[in-house]
Amino acid sequence: MRIEGKGLIDRAHPVRFSFDGTSYGGYRGDTLASALLANGVRLMGRSFKYHRPRGPLTAGSEEPNALVEIHGKTNQTPNVRATVQEIFDGLEARSQNRLGSLKYDLLEVNDLLAPFFSAGFYYKTFMWPRAFWESVYEPMIRRAAGLGRLSGKHDEGAYEKAWAWCDLLVIGAGPAGLMAALTAARAGAQVILADETPILGGRLASDGGMIGGEPALVWAAAVEAELRSLPNVRIMTRTTITGAYDNGTYGALERVGLHRPAKANLPRECFWRIVARRAVLAAGAMERPVAFPDNDRPGIMLTSAVRTYLNRYGVVPGQRITIFDGSETGRALARELMAAGVQVAGIIDPRPDASSLEDCPVHLGAEVVGSRGRLGLSGITVRKGAETFEVETDCLAISGGWNPTLHLTCHMNGRPRWAEDLMAFVPMEGAVPGLVAAGAAAGRFSTHGALAGGQAAAQGALADLGFKVPDIALPEAEDAPCQPRALWAVAAEGRAWVDFANDVTTKDVRLAAQENYRSVEHMKRYTTQGMAPDQGKNSNVAALAVLADATGRSIPETGITTFRPPYVPVSIAAMGAGGRGAGFAPQRLMTSDQASRDRMAPMIEAGLWYRPSYFPKPGETTWKEACDREVMMVRNAVGVADVSTLGKIDIQGRDAARFLDLVYTNTFSTLPVGRVRYGLMLREDGMVLDDGTSARLGENHFLMTTTTAAAGLVMRHLDFVHQAFCADWDLRFISVTESWAQFAVAGPKARALLNSMLDAPLGDVPFMGLASVPVGGVEARLFRISFSGEEGYEIAVPTRYGEALFRDLLARAETMGGGPYGMEALNVLRIEKGFVTHAEIHGRVTAFDIGMAKIVSAKKDCIGKAASQRPGLSGPERQQLVGLRSFAPLTAGAHLFRPGAVIGQAADEGYSTSTCWSPTLNCWLALAFLTDGRARLGEQVRLVDHLRGKDVVCDVCDPVFLDPDGGRMRA
Amino acid sequence: MRLTCPLCGDRDRREFHYYGSDAYLDRPAEGAAPAAWDDYLHNRDNPAGLTKDLWYHEQGCAQWLVVTRNTVTHEVSAVELVAGRAGA
Amino acid sequence: MPELIAKEAWQGQAAVTRAGLVLAPLQDRPIWSVALFPGGADGAATALESLGLGFPEPNRWVSAAEVRLVWTGRAQAFLMGAEPPAGLAGHAAVTDQSGGWAGVSLSGPAGPEALARLVPVDLRPGSFPAGAAIRAPVNHMSAVILRTGPETVEVWVFRSMARTLWHELTEVLARFEARATVAG
Ligand SMILES: [Zn+2]
Repeated sequence: MRIEGKGLIDRAHPVRFSFDGTSYGGYRGDTLASALLANGVRLMGRSFKYHRPRGPLTAGSEEPNALVEIHGKTNQTPNVRATVQEIFDGLEARSQNRLGSLKYDLLEVNDLLAPFFSAGFYYKTFMWPRAFWESVYEPMIRRAAGLGRLSGKHDEGAYEKAWAWCDLLVIGAGPAGLMAALTAARAGAQVILADETPILGGRLASDGGMIGGEPALVWAAAVEAELRSLPNVRIMTRTTITGAYDNGTYGALERVGLHRPAKANLPRECFWRIVARRAVLAAGAMERPVAFPDNDRPGIMLTSAVRTYLNRYGVVPGQRITIFDGSETGRALARELMAAGVQVAGIIDPRPDASSLEDCPVHLGAEVVGSRGRLGLSGITVRKGAETFEVETDCLAISGGWNPTLHLTCHMNGRPRWAEDLMAFVPMEGAVPGLVAAGAAAGRFSTHGALAGGQAAAQGALADLGFKVPDIALPEAEDAPCQPRALWAVAAEGRAWVDFANDVTTKDVRLAAQENYRSVEHMKRYTTQGMAPDQGKNSNVAALAVLADATGRSIPETGITTFRPPYVPVSIAAMGAGGRGAGFAPQRLMTSDQASRDRMAPMIEAGLWYRPSYFPKPGETTWKEACDREVMMVRNAVGVADVSTLGKIDIQGRDAARFLDLVYTNTFSTLPVGRVRYGLMLREDGMVLDDGTSARLGENHFLMTTTTAAAGLVMRHLDFVHQAFCADWDLRFISVTESWAQFAVAGPKARALLNSMLDAPLGDVPFMGLASVPVGGVEARLFRISFSGEEGYEIAVPTRYGEALFRDLLARAETMGGGPYGMEALNVLRIEKGFVTHAEIHGRVTAFDIGMAKIVSAKKDCIGKAASQRPGLSGPERQQLVGLRSFAPLTAGAHLFRPGAVIGQAADEGYSTSTCWSPTLNCWLALAFLTDGRARLGEQVRLVDHLRGKDVVCDVCDPVFLDPDGGRMRA
Repeated sequence: MRLTCPLCGDRDRREFHYYGSDAYLDRPAEGAAPAAWDDYLHNRDNPAGLTKDLWYHEQGCAQWLVVTRNTVTHEVSAVELVAGRAGA
Repeated sequence: MPELIAKEAWQGQAAVTRAGLVLAPLQDRPIWSVALFPGGADGAATALESLGLGFPEPNRWVSAAEVRLVWTGRAQAFLMGAEPPAGLAGHAAVTDQSGGWAGVSLSGPAGPEALARLVPVDLRPGSFPAGAAIRAPVNHMSAVILRTGPETVEVWVFRSMARTLWHELTEVLARFEARATVAG
């Protein structure tokens, strides 16, 4: 029911929305919960386990009951708190966790079966037959016990991630937060003021009151106006600080588009990483419910929630309201309701000695011991001394005291401290470096305490940071002493809920204690208390108080479970914002990219690079046809491939050669200028890190190439070796991968092709030689190296000429019966020659294993040399690189066995790493690692691949299948 | 977590690559006994308290750093350039 | 003999304006890495005098006319817009990086706020003032970032990642624009 003249909603802007298909009206500024309550709808969900009817317990983000699904055009968001979701025109909300309708949920039967569903039921009840667990019981339980559903479709919504920096982060914009922000803002500090609601003011918007002689909200509005006028202040509403992390980093979730109709490109949410030099936690406090039998009916809610609905939203959630509250806030609510013309059917005040002077019935020394009503509250049972009586009511406000909202102070392993004088846990000072709690979050519950605490916290932070602390007179405000209360549970027969969200009752907690789960951590896991989306915000303290009672210990002795981030649920989409599709990783494109795509080459990823897989010709229907053709083209004519992705590192200095001697196993100081040498690099543990070639461009100038896959890794390694072991050497190096476009030109006609385009005919460039060659007036570098086994060159030009050179090379090659070749052909060509890639040098192989022990120089030290000589890293017990041949298809990742061996791990003798069909040799080839393999050439092994259904006997041979003497390369 | 790179300043952890103990800086001399290499490569302390480890400012200045931090409190008390340390 | 036509990193890419921000491709220019050898600072300084430039402090860049010297690492700077003076030989390793980098400028008062979606470093003028140049990531990409005007920031990444940079920045601007239209 809406109360005229009350609330901060915008009555000039009516809003239409729907819930479970029924259209309702509300106003801008309403939450889904306030708007439904205004329409008389109290039933908003079904409980997790027992499917009991539920309505909102709270008016904030800690809500355990009123979880709904929000349906958009492309999104379906489950478990949205109706107390947080703002309404907008066209909002479509649906109830969840029901079978049938919300009013006639068929799974309500679970409530009747409650005796079977007590804590730990799934450990006990569904044990037999064992095979039924996965197939029958678990799916059944998941169906019945649950939350909302996902659509199963891809979430096409936009999400955002962002960074922010400030001197002072103020968490919460109630009186403490506003005062802290104002103090810091006037000092000139960079301030971020974050609040999870759409407006500033915190409880002031719910409780009213006076500050500085004027209505509290007038004061808040003046502070807000000043803050908004200052360039050093950023106000972030609808933003929840979700976590406190090391060194002043805070996570925050901003609801950007969730409160309005979907709009293209508008982020639904933004996940913020806020770096703050200091922070003030002014998050207030959360009211505690009271456990009494059937305390979970729709219509029973916290006193603070009823006050918020009344004063902030102008809504009363009932017609005859009762209040079970032993504090002055309960009395204030009663007066506000009556002033608004609402009937208060009674105040049930457990205090025997409080005032009974109210304009409504007051029952002192009384407790609520039961409730009635099928889909919502219709009456309560009150016990006073020995007598009990019924009170008709459709809304009961309850309060068991307050818990400071201290969760963030526990995010870095801090534990809260029990304050007996407050009957509450309060933050441990210094638990999060740089963060100070203020106001109710620090256990100071009066408005004056909030203002003074906020100011003091900001002043402390400012002084720490070296700002001049401004002198602001503290406005006058109420400073009522805290009335500590510890009404956790009423002693009465029946199921009394502690954790509404996970359907945990006081009985469950006592059962845990009885079954010897006496530690609070064990009780939590046994009962699942605190493990629902609200993470126990409404129930942790009460549950441990019940446990303390059941085990005869005090609350501090019992302890509390750990609060961990995130403070509220954070969608994975927000945390992964920007990381989907093209945002997943940078796409590195070669200069030849467009030319390859023009030829319809499918591109494949190689690290971050995109490389052509093959270049299909008309009539070719499979990749293999194209690949076979390209291989034979290289073997018989000439092929061109872009190899710019290889890492290229320019190394200069008088100690450059010495450095290469240190990082490579073989010697480079003896390499003549103008020559290229193959080099092998080890990790310090003796395993192969990478291989490649290095060219000596000048006495003190080398160009190193790395594999594409390990380019970054090698750079990091070189930086380490340089900075750690020889920082004072005359040595500098830098990646030039991006500065040069480099193309392999390979095949018997490679030389002819080059001669047709170079400005001057190619002189005598020996195998592993290098030359500087002008092409079209551009100075190119030519390396005579081969990864195909044919006469091969790699020609490099500055990147800007890459595309032009590539297109020119292709055009010329095609006139000679050649053309481009892709990664597939490149792979076949190198397997035929037994050249290794990171499929072979995968991090667990030594130089010995790949047959390169001889290029670990005995004459000098190098990184990894000492470790490579350890026992066990060479010898017949090692799995060594061999070739396998077969006429039947082979697969990589298959395992090798002796013919006749029992297939199993014990008989495993190795594995294959690379395979291909060789169009040159007309058989299948594989590179493989085989125990004592080099001594077994000519033998046969069985290649078994259970995943792909292969079991092939093949011949063991030298890994260099083609032209073992290298005559073709050297031609 | 944040680290203050001596060159680049205060930066988020994401910019850095973690390697391991600063023991990797004490490479045994050529010909050292196998036990020295075993220590160098494999044997590490796991202190509750101050520890020194190596981080690489991969997304920044490409410098290797020795970071002194407390594994209990997470406090970072010093960040030094590997290349700038005494004797390097 | 072939005619090799040079292609710029941003060939054909037009500037875009969204949400009051102008994202513009920058022309390729000579870029040389100048890495001081140990003990080479004085000799290099003398050589750089011919360009009117001193070697920049960490996280800074200096310029004379159209020529810049931008700090890019320990004892390393990028000379942008000119060929390196011959006198650097022996004092510094000089390496051609021209064409290996693609740069954009982002102009407008909200530039730092937009870049805060991708760059984990505060680029507001207070902490990233005139003359500032840093190495920092742009989402997953390594970048060199410079303040080149009161409301202008330049971002340079590896040329092969130019398309990704453009994609990421335009996506940020699209989100930014959508936010601006619903603000308030
Ligand atoms: Zn750095």
